[in-house]
Amino acid sequence: MTAVTLANEEIRLARIALVGPPNSGKTTLFNTLTGGRQKTGNYPGVTVERKSGRLRTPVGHTVELLDLPGSYSLRARSPDEAITRDVVLGRQAREALPDAVVCVTDATNLGQHLRLLLELRQLGRPLILALNMMDIAQKRGCQISIEALSRQLGIPVVTTVAMRKNGVQDLLGQIDALLSQAPTADGTTAISDWVEPSPEAIRAYHREVERLLQEAVVREGAPERLTRQLDRVLLHPVAGPLILLALLFLMFQAVFSWAEAPMDWIDGGMAGLQQWLSEHMADSLLKSLLIDGIVAGVGGVVIFLPQILILFLFILLLEDSGYMTRAAFLMDRLMSGVGLNGRAFIPLLSSFACAIPGIMAARTIAHPLDRLVTILIAPLMTCSARLPVYVLLIAAFIPNTAVWGGIGLQGLVMFGLYATGIVGALIVAGALRLTLLRGGRQPLLMELPSYKWPNAANVLLGLWERAKIFMRRIGTIILSVLVILWFLATFPSPPEGATEPAIYYSFAGMIGHGLQPLLAPIGFNWQIAIALVPGLAAREVAVAALGTVYALSGDEGAVTEALTATLAQSWTLATALALLAWYVFAPQCLATLAAVRRETNSWRWPTFMFVYLMVLAYLAAFVTYRVALALGGG
Amino acid sequence: MNTYNEQERHAFALGQAVGLGFTQPLGRMRRGGVGRILAVSSAAGDRDIERGLLEMGFVEGARVEVLHHGFLGQDPLAVRINQTMTVALRRCEANAVLIGPLHDSATDIHPAMTLEYASS
Repeated sequence: MTAVTLANEEIRLARIALVGPPNSGKTTLFNTLTGGRQKTGNYPGVTVERKSGRLRTPVGHTVELLDLPGSYSLRARSPDEAITRDVVLGRQAREALPDAVVCVTDATNLGQHLRLLLELRQLGRPLILALNMMDIAQKRGCQISIEALSRQLGIPVVTTVAMRKNGVQDLLGQIDALLSQAPTADGTTAISDWVEPSPEAIRAYHREVERLLQEAVVREGAPERLTRQLDRVLLHPVAGPLILLALLFLMFQAVFSWAEAPMDWIDGGMAGLQQWLSEHMADSLLKSLLIDGIVAGVGGVVIFLPQILILFLFILLLEDSGYMTRAAFLMDRLMSGVGLNGRAFIPLLSSFACAIPGIMAARTIAHPLDRLVTILIAPLMTCSARLPVYVLLIAAFIPNTAVWGGIGLQGLVMFGLYATGIVGALIVAGALRLTLLRGGRQPLLMELPSYKWPNAANVLLGLWERAKIFMRRIGTIILSVLVILWFLATFPSPPEGATEPAIYYSFAGMIGHGLQPLLAPIGFNWQIAIALVPGLAAREVAVAALGTVYALSGDEGAVTEALTATLAQSWTLATALALLAWYVFAPQCLATLAAVRRETNSWRWPTFMFVYLMVLAYLAAFVTYRVALALGGG
Repeated sequence: MNTYNEQERHAFALGQAVGLGFTQPLGRMRRGGVGRILAVSSAAGDRDIERGLLEMGFVEGARVEVLHHGFLGQDPLAVRINQTMTVALRRCEANAVLIGPLHDSATDIHPAMTLEYASS
């Protein structure tokens, strides 16, 4: 590319920010405009991360579009709303003042959504109003005069249907018109004279909106009925919580039963690969590394991809349909009992898939103490990385029998492990609120959006992202840990005439033996001790590590199924239960600790989190082991 | 200049004049209750809650309907505002919103009172 065209590109690259209240369909509009990949949800503020994408307008301007977190007002109440405010005002570090702002509003809820537009208009920057979901508004018989609204506001107004590709043509046209008349950089770098609106100012905005609607709304639409009817059941004081509980139970049962077939395929594929390798490679260290270290290890982790995706599928569907906020509503009273907010339910439910998005989603919680408590207990929600360990141990030690009504004992134990994490989290939250983190709490104030059918494209994109993140983890952290582990487990070689398995004499064996006195009181043998060392970096590696440890101890080709049989023979029930209890609490994820460090901006809280979880894990495993022994589980 | 205090005084004076049973804090309302907001005040001088309520659509003159409540302590509430938006809030914050009877619908059984605050 020559210097001249480069310069032209730079001149034409305009930056436009997409701003709007939560549930205005802003993120779907962003996806349609950019063809970009982003998760959208109904929970107010689900767009936690600022995302940008490029688009080319019909005339040929290249635009960088920013998707800002949903906000009802520029007066930011939570950290992610603060990002919206700071970007719009040009105060965000390393983020130039946008050349224009597109304010997205739900056409069926203009009475509540236009106030944000008035706040933005006050700034005097280039602004376009997009009336989104216009198709739904029209279906309900609503008629809005775009000309009158545009005249009254003094800014361009367009209607958009974010779900349809040709629903954004008007918006693109207006962006072109705006960019053609205004130079992309007018010298303004930040807006300095903005002040938070006072209650009186907000009341004035309300009156102005009222006036505007009288001018522009030709006919009001009928109120939405379906959501009200659904809520009559789903938010019923008795039926509501029962339905929520049933949904969660169904979700965890599905994780087990639906995933069975694809897990078998992966298992078969890995076993086939191992066999092929062992037949076609000459005996060497490399062959050992490939078969025992990498294929066995990676196979032991990849096999859980179906379960993780099913879990995320449920979470994405609940978010996208609008049910997630109902869950927060139903849980609020229970959670306020331990000093938390119903809103914390969403980050905590995400944490069942992975604590990291959960910890990041806690940005939607306005009060700093509420947010900190939510972050600190997020790792107690059983994340998908624990599933491999749970599945392995349950399959090995819990008989696959039906208890009552066709509910399997294995599923029930799994449910119990999840429940233990939740109860533990509630107790920890209550204790923190009474001791270290005393103080005021945030009001609930949360919109319950209309239900809608989940958008298939949004959900599939979300699932695809999860799968990518998981596979990338396997390709980076997990793979490198596996190679190191293989090295530790292979060298030094056993002495001549050794009686124990080779790993017994290796570095890994030495570390395991060193740790064993510490772990003996909770019933862990040296094999577990070895597996826990790499398991500190990432939980699911422990399964692969156990596979490596036992594969090298003599059992060739031990992928999960073989490992199940091995463990059932060599561990006592008490040891298995103690390890399960350990896994409910133990802080074995470097990435989570790094996320907490990032979100709290200090080492203090990740350190605190690590210590308190470690202590809990040891205590839980100790009590479980001793009780199980006493009951004859030895 | 301070319209807020004026409105608040007006609403509370009105509340005293009409007596209990006709006006009540939103936090005391039952499921199915319908009314119109007379005043949004700042509980214990916390104007952040007042602003939060205003930003979620709780403004003087808006029609509210209590659609749902939770199981424990009948808390929190789900309140429909102006037939367009449903907001969840706890009863303790809802107490900052003072509700009077509707004056524009067939359910209004106290037409004499409407004159008092129709202008607000």
